[in-house]
Amino acid sequence: MAVIQVQRKPLTLAERFYLPPVLSGMKTTLKHLFSRKVTLEYPEQRPEIPPGYRGVPTLVKDPNGREKCVSCQLCEFVCPPKAIRILPAEIPADSAQAHVEKAPREFEINMLRCIYCGLCQEVCPEEAIWLQNIYSLAGYQRDELVFAKDKLYELGGTLPDEHYKWDKKKEAAARGNRDH
Amino acid sequence: MSDFIANLDPIVLGLLKGLAVIIVIFPIAGACSMAERKVSAWIQDRHGPNRAIPFWFAWVPVFGPFLQRLGAFHLLADGLKFLFKEEPLPGHVNKLYFTLAPVIALIPAFTTVTVVPFGAYLDEAGRIVPLALANVDVGILAVFAVASLGIYSMILAGWASNSKYPFLGGVRASAQLISYELALTLSVLPVFLWINAPGTAGTLSLARAVAFQAQPGFWGGMWFIFLMPVSALIFFIALFAETNRLPFDMIESEADLVGGFHTEYGAFKWSLFFVAEYSHMIVGSGVFILLFLGGWNPLPWVPLSLVAEKLGFAAHPVIFGAVSTVVFVAKILCCIFLFMWVRWTVPRFRYDQVMRIGWRGLLPLSLVNLVGYALAIALLQPAR
Repeated sequence: MAVIQVQRKPLTLAERFYLPPVLSGMKTTLKHLFSRKVTLEYPEQRPEIPPGYRGVPTLVKDPNGREKCVSCQLCEFVCPPKAIRILPAEIPADSAQAHVEKAPREFEINMLRCIYCGLCQEVCPEEAIWLQNIYSLAGYQRDELVFAKDKLYELGGTLPDEHYKWDKKKEAAARGNRDH
Repeated sequence: MSDFIANLDPIVLGLLKGLAVIIVIFPIAGACSMAERKVSAWIQDRHGPNRAIPFWFAWVPVFGPFLQRLGAFHLLADGLKFLFKEEPLPGHVNKLYFTLAPVIALIPAFTTVTVVPFGAYLDEAGRIVPLALANVDVGILAVFAVASLGIYSMILAGWASNSKYPFLGGVRASAQLISYELALTLSVLPVFLWINAPGTAGTLSLARAVAFQAQPGFWGGMWFIFLMPVSALIFFIALFAETNRLPFDMIESEADLVGGFHTEYGAFKWSLFFVAEYSHMIVGSGVFILLFLGGWNPLPWVPLSLVAEKLGFAAHPVIFGAVSTVVFVAKILCCIFLFMWVRWTVPRFRYDQVMRIGWRGLLPLSLVNLVGYALAIALLQPAR
């Protein structure tokens, strides 16, 4: 049965006199007067950020210090507010990372446009872009809030890597790609 | 010192007294508004305002942060803000009456302060002399007569604002005043019936009511709240309505009337209404304490003169006066805390509920109470 009939009891005599309910209410508020306060006093006390929080998007490096982004530009294309701009570049052949496909020469996220939707993180095949736990962002000028590549890496730091995809690819290539 | 004051020109003396009222009541009213914010915060499990502090005061080790946590500097900041912000004067208002209304709100609020005795001292003959700016014999009558004028400012503000919500607030103000003034006045009559025994000199003085509660013996030392609890209750409830405090603040009623009578007001004019409201609260609770809670006597059956004799300051009028004032003010602050506590506990009554409580609850109850006490007093007090 979808409809639940709630019994509306007529007010008792005590309730119609208002005073007993008011007194019981005052008892409740008196308890709260002395109870622990729940306010988080923000600048001094910081909230605990739960795992999976979508904060400011950042670029990360793998534990070997390699920048994980290969500038596939999927995030740029998926970004709903078009906040990301990537300029891809070849990796020079003499570099230690030459086995990796590409690397961004420029990577900009315009934080004035970003809506923190996390689609860039979701779409990234390299797990290179992460929305981490930075929740407080402010600047004096518009330019300050267009985050360039070095700023993004500075914010992102290093995250553990489960795959070392490009190292495995390099090893496989050394074995003549027999297992692939 | 007292000779000097007594020899002053009455006009100068009057001006000095008026200045004293303004200097004392304005900060207390401001402090009350701050206390209101803090009490409401604590009751709602918050800390309340605790940020503002002048940078040089932050250097004071323990005291500075303590005052900061207490929000003492928000009080200053609020006051300064109200003084210096722009005074909006909407184009559609009646400018003269609109400006006049907050002033008219202040006048009765501050005038009543002068007739309320706030302390006492013993003269050479050992008689209690009340401390009041104007110790008039009509005491309670003067308070009632002048305090009810305060409502005119709200009606005037509502009408002069020339817009519908303030107007409704003003209409409610007049209706509510009429409904509760009756119960308020009737509820104090038993007290004065009891004080003015037949054959003695009649008085409506508030100090006399206090002296009556400080007599020796079980019945003599009993505060009137024990002797006449129903009167005290009716008076206290009607006081909420008279001072427009929640649950009776029909006049402001921000849920249905935006801001009620002060919707169109801002800045200093707006704050004047609130100084007046808190001033009414202070005077109202002061009268309640004088009539029912023994005035400046610290405890029931323990009059202050007894305490003074025990501690040996009965012969020092200045100390006696200071102690009596402190006791009285402490009681007023407790009373105001009670006001705030109730305000942040109960929601606002509906308009029809306010009218019903006033006309069908408090008024008959106060009439029955009056008749009952009149009969009882007639039987108990032997005709002299």
